[in-house]
Amino acid sequence: MTDFRREALRIAMPWLATAVLLVIWELACIAFDIPEIILPKPSKIFTVFVARFDILMAYCWDTLWTTVIGFLLAIAGGLLLGLAIGASPFIYSGLYPLLIAFNAIPKVALVPILMIWVGVGSLPAVITAFVISFFPIVVNVATGLATIEPEMRDVLRSLGATRTEILTKVGIPRAMPYLFASLKVAITLAFIGSVISETVGGNNGIGFLMLSASARNDAPTTFAGLFAIAIMGVLMYAVCALVEKRMTRWAFRGELVS
Amino acid sequence: MAFVDLKGVSLTYRLGKETTLALADATLSIDKGEFIAVVGPSGCGKSTIMKLVTGLLPASSGEVRVSGEVVKGPIKGVGMAFQNPTLMPWRTTMDNILLPMEVVEPHKRRFRSNRAEYEERAMKLLQTVGLADFARRYPWQLSGGMQQRSNLCRALIHEPELLMLDEPFGALDAFTREELWGVMQALWLEKRFTGVLVTHDLREAVYLADTVYVMSKRPGRIVLTRKIDIPRPRSLATTFEPHFVDIVHELRDRISQEHA
Repeated sequence: MTDFRREALRIAMPWLATAVLLVIWELACIAFDIPEIILPKPSKIFTVFVARFDILMAYCWDTLWTTVIGFLLAIAGGLLLGLAIGASPFIYSGLYPLLIAFNAIPKVALVPILMIWVGVGSLPAVITAFVISFFPIVVNVATGLATIEPEMRDVLRSLGATRTEILTKVGIPRAMPYLFASLKVAITLAFIGSVISETVGGNNGIGFLMLSASARNDAPTTFAGLFAIAIMGVLMYAVCALVEKRMTRWAFRGELVS
Repeated sequence: MAFVDLKGVSLTYRLGKETTLALADATLSIDKGEFIAVVGPSGCGKSTIMKLVTGLLPASSGEVRVSGEVVKGPIKGVGMAFQNPTLMPWRTTMDNILLPMEVVEPHKRRFRSNRAEYEERAMKLLQTVGLADFARRYPWQLSGGMQQRSNLCRALIHEPELLMLDEPFGALDAFTREELWGVMQALWLEKRFTGVLVTHDLREAVYLADTVYVMSKRPGRIVLTRKIDIPRPRSLATTFEPHFVDIVHELRDRISQEHA
């Protein structure tokens, strides 16, 4: 196989794999004669997707912006708290158990409380997206800071660097690859958060759309919603991966040389 | 008055309930502009001496003085180079070397507005170690020897009065190592900083130092102080002369007593 064909095949692989999965699904539905209300055929889902494209887009948009706002807040908060935890052993030992405890709480249980506090609407979705995607960012940033080589620290200390200088010159740049790696995990979690909130108690967003569709036994629309979430998740993941490569090229060493 | 003065300095590490005496009753003094080497069996507290002199570790007892002042915390503006080059992978070689300028006064204040001047200075230093063409490369694009050269440049750019070298050539192949001895000597002859070299390579110690201190095994004590009276500049040829070889043997004999 030539290099060109090899490369072409590598790019085509994800599409091929998706296509194969959908074909198997379609054939299974036909072969076992599965009722549409249990599992609709992909072709049917696609038809609904196209037919209701405008509605889907409108609800997707709600979900997307609530997710992204929650996610951005999580980046800001996670970065700050991660830096604080990574930089100070006292803050670390004080807050880390609390963070773990908080992270262990199922976020779905928070939504009813949030609704009591802030009412129904987009705000609970934003907050849920925030709290669910916050944790991996904090942990990763703190890890990045905590794993600074002791020699690097000694070099700076013997030059007379202050703690703040060590943080800005080594700590933050060093934590960046960890931050960007965590964003890929965090963005998918953020989608889970906002959709959970919309499903449990929302009046807009793709989660709400799916909930009302399934209440009408409209399985194809519910599945179309699932597909929409998956597509948004992949797209946002790709954006994060791209930003990661751009911002921390040094961490990918070999690939940059060419 | 010596530039660095250690009087009866001991250091005890505490790890949980266990205490380890790493360095016992070290007394030594280094004149300004002197280059000393500390050799000894591994784990004898050689690196501990470095950390004590620079104030990175507080002495458990005894007194450390640098230029007359008792060392209480990290003293400022010391150049340091370790076996691991510890360059920052997100900075180019040039930016790595300029790091001390962003931290050490008075350069820190002037750095932003006089960047070109400082880059020129860094460039000169890079030229003396043969790295002029690599200033814009990243450390991970350089070989191990080149990284160690950059590391030396970073330790020297701010012309520190005190340079601490902790086995800086330890991870390099024999040829590169011997070449860098020459580079190190040339830099020292030019700038005449006070140098402390920790190493377990006796030839390296004799080649570079004015005085070699031999330490016993743990807990480390200084068991031999040997002035090296070989004229400078020394060359690789010097290392094969009988007098040089005799000194190396003398040191080696003293260290093997420690292992006996």
